[in-house]
Amino acid sequence: MSINTYLLSILVDDEPGVLSRIAGLFSGRGFNIESLSVANTTEPDVSRITMVTRCEPDIIEQIKKQLHKLINVITVNDLTDKRYIQRQLSLIKVHAHPDKRAEILRIVDIFRSKVVDVGPAHFTIELSGDMEKHEAFISLLKPMGIIEIASTGAIALARENKH
Amino acid sequence: MKLKGAEILIRMIKSQGVDTIFGYPGGAVIDIYDELNRHEDLNHILVRHEQGAVHAADAYARAKGTVGVALVTSGPGATNTVTGIASAHADSIPLVVFSGQVPTGLIGNDAFQEVDIVGITRPCTKHNYLVKKPEKLACIIKEAFHLARSGRPGPVLVDLPKDIMQAEIEFKEPSEISLKSYKPTYKPNKKQMGKVIELIKQAEKPIIFAGGGVILSKASEQVTRLSRMTNIPVTATLMGRGAFPGTDPLWLGMPGMHGTYRANMSIGHCDLMVAIGVRFDDRVTGRLDTFAQHAKIIQIDIDPTSIHKNVKVDCPIVGDCGYTLDVILDMLEKEPVEEIKKDHTEWLSQITEWKETTPLKYEQGDDVIKPQFVIEKLHQVTEGQAIVTTEVGQNQMWAAQYYHFDHPNHFITSGGLGVMGFGLPAAIGAKAACPDKLVIDIAGDGSIQMNIQELMTAIESKLDVKVVILNNQFLGMVRQWQEFFYEKNYSSTNMDQSPDFVKLAEAYGAKGYRCEDPSKVEATLIEGLDEPGVVIMEFMVAKEESVYPMVPAGGAITEMLLV
Repeated sequence: MSINTYLLSILVDDEPGVLSRIAGLFSGRGFNIESLSVANTTEPDVSRITMVTRCEPDIIEQIKKQLHKLINVITVNDLTDKRYIQRQLSLIKVHAHPDKRAEILRIVDIFRSKVVDVGPAHFTIELSGDMEKHEAFISLLKPMGIIEIASTGAIALARENKH
Repeated sequence: MKLKGAEILIRMIKSQGVDTIFGYPGGAVIDIYDELNRHEDLNHILVRHEQGAVHAADAYARAKGTVGVALVTSGPGATNTVTGIASAHADSIPLVVFSGQVPTGLIGNDAFQEVDIVGITRPCTKHNYLVKKPEKLACIIKEAFHLARSGRPGPVLVDLPKDIMQAEIEFKEPSEISLKSYKPTYKPNKKQMGKVIELIKQAEKPIIFAGGGVILSKASEQVTRLSRMTNIPVTATLMGRGAFPGTDPLWLGMPGMHGTYRANMSIGHCDLMVAIGVRFDDRVTGRLDTFAQHAKIIQIDIDPTSIHKNVKVDCPIVGDCGYTLDVILDMLEKEPVEEIKKDHTEWLSQITEWKETTPLKYEQGDDVIKPQFVIEKLHQVTEGQAIVTTEVGQNQMWAAQYYHFDHPNHFITSGGLGVMGFGLPAAIGAKAACPDKLVIDIAGDGSIQMNIQELMTAIESKLDVKVVILNNQFLGMVRQWQEFFYEKNYSSTNMDQSPDFVKLAEAYGAKGYRCEDPSKVEATLIEGLDEPGVVIMEFMVAKEESVYPMVPAGGAITEMLLV
């Protein structure tokens, strides 16, 4: 069966141990977590977890049901086949030798990212966008020599109806 | 009204209708025990090991159809409960386990007898709590009982720091609990119901496949009615025994690795399987792609995660077994009888043929007692009315094969986790729940030694359980696997060194019998069961007897090793 990437938006009680329950569920049942991002919402005592996981289609059903079975999980929203806005943030430190600086800045410009730290031999670039944008950006910078990357997990919200 | 935390705890436990708890004191729960001693209406049974407390509470819950409660101290007291909790979790048994904890100020400091029991039991409880504020105590206890007994039941652990038990706070009976997202689905989807009726009408080779969910949902009467109304034969899993009378002509026996030939063949050949409260455990299904391969499967279960987990089903229904069956039975009653109650002549005669050509069998000679013979005699002597608990291994399978259960809540065994040492404390718990019933632990010589200390609990608490030990001087089930699949390399399964169980019984203050002669089995059972007090009956049985049929692990269940 094919392996797909799924994006889940999970509302949970903001309590100690909740993240451990979710992480434990995934490790105990052999599910995989690609990325995970947790933060408060405007509602007190409720946090949102955005999770990216890769698995077969029938496994995602089990994952969603198992997540929902946890007492501290309030809702599980599978955004994968819905209309949603998704972002992640990366800081990318890249070698910036004089002969490459102009080209790097052009790429930065095309991707509407920005240079947030400059040195004689490096740039650190801040990029925000969806996962595809990150992949494309990183593949273009790779030949310049990436020194290190720090990335957040994906965050996402469903789009509202326009009318 | 200001009360101490410990007093709130006891009040809340009692307000949940609990009258018996199983426990063991220690430093972190000394305030609770101080309070407990002032409540004569809350019976405390002092076990000899915390694992025993949880197994006893588990069996108490099953025998009585209620929530079992255990109380233990922090650290080792808490870790000793883990096997019991995991067993109750695997079998979906409603339990609330209260563990002591070091004072909140010391948590995380590696204090004496401190352990993160909430962390340890997270994957083997339905939910668990650490009470950090005394104001939350009453509400958490109420929630814990609600979670344990509702939906798919399970164990809930509540960790109680010592300072919370000592704190004096204003007590107010908690109002309704609010769990934002926890709303189990009891009522099934109406649309699916029509499909069930159609499938039943169309089926030519149907079977009902009942599991532990039927027992938990108290739906055995509905299963029996469904079978009688539609003339559909019934098989039930280890956990579902008693969901349908074991002496009924439509009873197929148990399915799975040590199931009857006709039950396994019926699963292999049926065209409709009505699965009720089962989770399709690997010990039942064998190789998945051959399991019920010709059948349309209807699955009724209150837990959505049980559906499509191992076996793809054609008609999934999320709902309470009893409630769903009530709806189905009502609908069936409105249908013309001839359309729903078919003779199934060909199908039933096929099943009869399987039964007659390949029954459960063993040969009892004059010299050596066969373990199956002991169980068969036990069934006869007790007229099938005893509550039977088991240990795990061959003793458990022979008990399941040769004792025929007509009623629910009479067969109490560690099904999912398979805990050796379960049977004796479980018998104690069942006897505490049903003091007027005869309660018998069917044990092996290996497993009885895993919680033998609980004999003292039985004697002290005057819970007159009877223990039948089938002594084959082997860890029999592993020996059997070694015989079949490891060229008789009996590595560490020989147990010819055991204590003298008769003397051991006497040392504890129980009565002991030993029987080595097939002709005296019945008399020993009659005498032992009649004897007041706790009794051990040890039967020296054939050393290398195996449990048949057997489906090799991972094989198709229609391909059985037969005697």
